[in-house]
Amino acid sequence: MAVDITLSVNGVPYPLTVDPHASLLHTVRGDVGLTGSKEGCDDSECGACMMLVDGRPVNSCSYLAVQADGSDVTTVEGLSDGETLAPLQEAFLTRGGVQCGFCTPGMLVSATALLDRSPDPSEDEIRTAVSGNLCRCTGYDGIVKAIAAVAAERAAQG
Amino acid sequence: MSTATSMTTSASSRTYVEARDVATAVAAMSAGARPIAGGTDLVVGARHGKAPLPAALVGIHRIPGLGDVAPTDGGGLRIGALVTHATLMADPTVLASYPGLADASAIVGSHATRANGTLGGNVMNSSPAMDTGAPLLCHGGVAVLVGPVGERRVALADLWTGPGRSTAAPDELLVAVELDALPAGGASGSSYVRLQYRRQMEIAIVGAGAVVTLGADGTVTGAKVAITALAPVIHRVAESEAALVGTDGGFEAAKAAGAAAAAAARPISDVRGSADYRRAMAAVITRRAVLTAVRRARGESVPVPASDTTFGS
Repeated sequence: MAVDITLSVNGVPYPLTVDPHASLLHTVRGDVGLTGSKEGCDDSECGACMMLVDGRPVNSCSYLAVQADGSDVTTVEGLSDGETLAPLQEAFLTRGGVQCGFCTPGMLVSATALLDRSPDPSEDEIRTAVSGNLCRCTGYDGIVKAIAAVAAERAAQG
Repeated sequence: MSTATSMTTSASSRTYVEARDVATAVAAMSAGARPIAGGTDLVVGARHGKAPLPAALVGIHRIPGLGDVAPTDGGGLRIGALVTHATLMADPTVLASYPGLADASAIVGSHATRANGTLGGNVMNSSPAMDTGAPLLCHGGVAVLVGPVGERRVALADLWTGPGRSTAAPDELLVAVELDALPAGGASGSSYVRLQYRRQMEIAIVGAGAVVTLGADGTVTGAKVAITALAPVIHRVAESEAALVGTDGGFEAAKAAGAAAAAAARPISDVRGSADYRRAMAAVITRRAVLTAVRRARGESVPVPASDTTFGS
């Protein structure tokens, strides 16, 4: 029996009717129409589907859309200010944190969650935070440096 | 065509309700619904093909009052079933008094798993490899279950009966886990250490938890040891505990406790390790857990999670 829910995605409320077993990922990609979040493994190993739900990092492939009813969902599309990229996005570009780009939306969301809870993370904390996000291109080094650079910039700005 | 029809029928038979109180959740469970909180076992298990998602689900993730960590009247700790691993690993009381539980919570899955996976789900999943199980057992963990006829309390040692099996009825909802007060009669320390091939996104190949109490002269006056992924259920090892009490808690005593744990282990062989390897590592990992608990009891600082820092000990 389909269930009526409202998802607030990147600040925009979407009234939706979903199957109780529909994943948050499929609902956001298919019903809301935001395809930045990716489906990789579909079982919480790769992190390509990472979203924030009320600020918490969530593997949206393995989270039911019905459970996010009334929640604030943030996807990679919600990180930038219109066409102006977020500092993390700029840093990923300039530091070689992007190659094929498939993992990038999930990486950026995990990095956002990390800096929200730990503004000045050690390299160890950064590597721990993105360990649930698999990247088969970059070797992670550019990604880790990009996140560290944004944290350092923020610290310098006070 | 018949496949399409059956899929449609199946989809239309799916139901979901969100409970805002325990009574509503228990009523739904009595009618056949399965509870879901973080979904990190139930949904991921379905994705893996372990078991299909139940047709009837009741969301318990927003029930007020089940997400608190609070002291009990007896000086122990009550952990609500909806408390996440992320909360446990950062909770000041847990870090100060139950660091073994923080060790375990900090190495569950990834940061997303820890942010959503709950202690209640972890306990009721009844996995013999669950990281929080050994510390909970060592601290006298008791499950508080609420069913249609009321509340009952079950020691975790009596709750778990095998992989994925427990003595809880299908219509009983776990609302909290309660831990004993720290042992009296000296300074105590605790730890959880696992054998892991990587530091994150890992399941224990072998694990051990320990709580050690030291008297004023440094003698071990009390010890609790439990082993993980070494039997159908996580369980305490009385022989390891006996090997520690009355000693100085040094290397030889910890080694004896480890040997006793290996002797008590009944491991399986699977893709993550052979039974012989697990038995051999039971001695090493239990020794490391005991030595870490002793160091903490002595007031030394051992970073959480201990598993990352105990190599070579």
